[in-house]
Amino acid sequence: MTSAASRRILIAGLASAVGGRLAQRLELDRGVEKIVGIDTVPPRHRLERTEFAPGPDEPDRLDAILRAARIDTVVETRPPGRRFGSSTARALVAALEAPGSPVRKLVFKSSAHYYGYGPTTPAFLSEADPACQPDRPGISRDAVDAEAAVARLAGQRPHITVTVLRFADEIGAESRGTHIRLLGLPFIPSILGFDPRWQLVEEHDVVGALAHAIDRPLSGAYNVAADGVLALSEIAALLEKPVLPVLPPFGIGRVTASLRALGLPAPVELVEALRFGRGLDNRRLKATGFPYRYTTREAILRLRQERQRLAITLQGTLQDR
Amino acid sequence: MADLRDHLPGLEPERQITDWGRSERAESLADRTIYDFLYHYWFRVDVLGGEHLPARGGALLVANRAGVVPFDGAMIGRAVGEELAHNRSVHLASRQSFSGVPGVGTLLMKLGVVHAHPANLRRLLFDEQELVLAFPEGGAGAQKPVRERYQLREFAESRFLAAAISARAPIIPVAVLGSEEAVPVMARLATRLPVIPLLPLPAKFVIRFLAPVRPPSPPAAPEAQRELAQRVRGLIQDGLFEMLSQRRSPWFSGPDPR
Repeated sequence: MTSAASRRILIAGLASAVGGRLAQRLELDRGVEKIVGIDTVPPRHRLERTEFAPGPDEPDRLDAILRAARIDTVVETRPPGRRFGSSTARALVAALEAPGSPVRKLVFKSSAHYYGYGPTTPAFLSEADPACQPDRPGISRDAVDAEAAVARLAGQRPHITVTVLRFADEIGAESRGTHIRLLGLPFIPSILGFDPRWQLVEEHDVVGALAHAIDRPLSGAYNVAADGVLALSEIAALLEKPVLPVLPPFGIGRVTASLRALGLPAPVELVEALRFGRGLDNRRLKATGFPYRYTTREAILRLRQERQRLAITLQGTLQDR
Repeated sequence: MADLRDHLPGLEPERQITDWGRSERAESLADRTIYDFLYHYWFRVDVLGGEHLPARGGALLVANRAGVVPFDGAMIGRAVGEELAHNRSVHLASRQSFSGVPGVGTLLMKLGVVHAHPANLRRLLFDEQELVLAFPEGGAGAQKPVRERYQLREFAESRFLAAAISARAPIIPVAVLGSEEAVPVMARLATRLPVIPLLPLPAKFVIRFLAPVRPPSPPAAPEAQRELAQRVRGLIQDGLFEMLSQRRSPWFSGPDPR
């Protein structure tokens, strides 16, 4: 590859918070000639020059868009999960594998759920650590399957620079993950006898890391997680919320049932997060020059401010009536 | 392996818990209460060779293990704190991971116990330049009967020394006297289950830090690694025999009463 810079970019998942924010950010970059977004629903963010191509993922359609718009870089921003599944990854990979495809670079948003949870994983997982072997469908299985498809593409099409970013669980005003919903409850539910280590990433840094990868020829996997692994009790203290060990330490079934009773869709990943937690080694991406804006602690404090501001605004609106 | 030490997370002084989950508050509570009592009044720990402890830089402390409950680990940790004016703390590397066990796992994590995964040992010894305490005898050391006390078993666990070699960390052999009498294995039920006293017996502890051993440069051949293990084991064993020959009683300190 002679030129690392991306000029014509396709964002898969434009309607997601991350996809929309990324498009907004790329629009400000004069060097970017064209931005095309695809998704099944229209984008929520205000966009000036991003073109939106609605519709489902089909390799033929994707391939046609890539050729017509002479796209050189594809960014997959949709989170791995039950909703999209790795079938979208497969469609994307099939489109990129088509002979004569103009794409030279793929930036793939994966998840730290690739590593799974467990009592014997290292305290700070690095990119070289193996994938987990999920025995049931969920975020982990999706991340593992999707990365396998992407790794095959990287092997078969060496002229495409493939960057895989494994994101820690994301928090921020716009985020909608299970972690953020758990932190949004009036108290932090926990499992009796456990105080797991959590490492998160702020949503601005999620967009920042994707933009960073678009700008540089990074190949391979990179963890994206804010500095600082916090104990759940520490997070609760920062949010000024009590920790309530409401969940029994034994029996995953009962735990999931209790979490559902609290209004949380409790995938097995959340239960494991409450038991084991996870820390990541984020230094590989940092070494490429990526500056994180927030540490995990700062991201939590920012979340608290955001919530307080929202509460005050809401109060004001009610009083005005 | 790439050297990414410059990219370690910075210190956030407001925090009281480290990224490893170690809690300043839990530790100082334990230190002021139970450790303090055990160290000064119950085991009356004497420390020899404190000058061998490095003021900075990673190092692997290797000690003989006795008793099912690791009082020796806690006492060595406290001794290092006392000798180095509480500027450094020790991470105890445990062969087993307790993180799935309710209560116990969390408590051990808060007190600075880390699972001895090679990646964890490397991060502590090389990247963070910390002190790590290990008992490479494995389970055999902890469960040997009273009549075999202070006879070191083979170093069954090779990952500790391997980590020290790869991190180029000096190895400090530690000989601990008293731990065998404090929690003796009095009998054995059904061949597996050791019978121990409900409370540790008030044996007199002597902890002796020996001169650091420089490991061979990595990558070390398996023979070099075995040789290192034999050397460190020999040093601890000799230290123990020497201390045993000078000891008059497992329970009392002070000069010979004759």
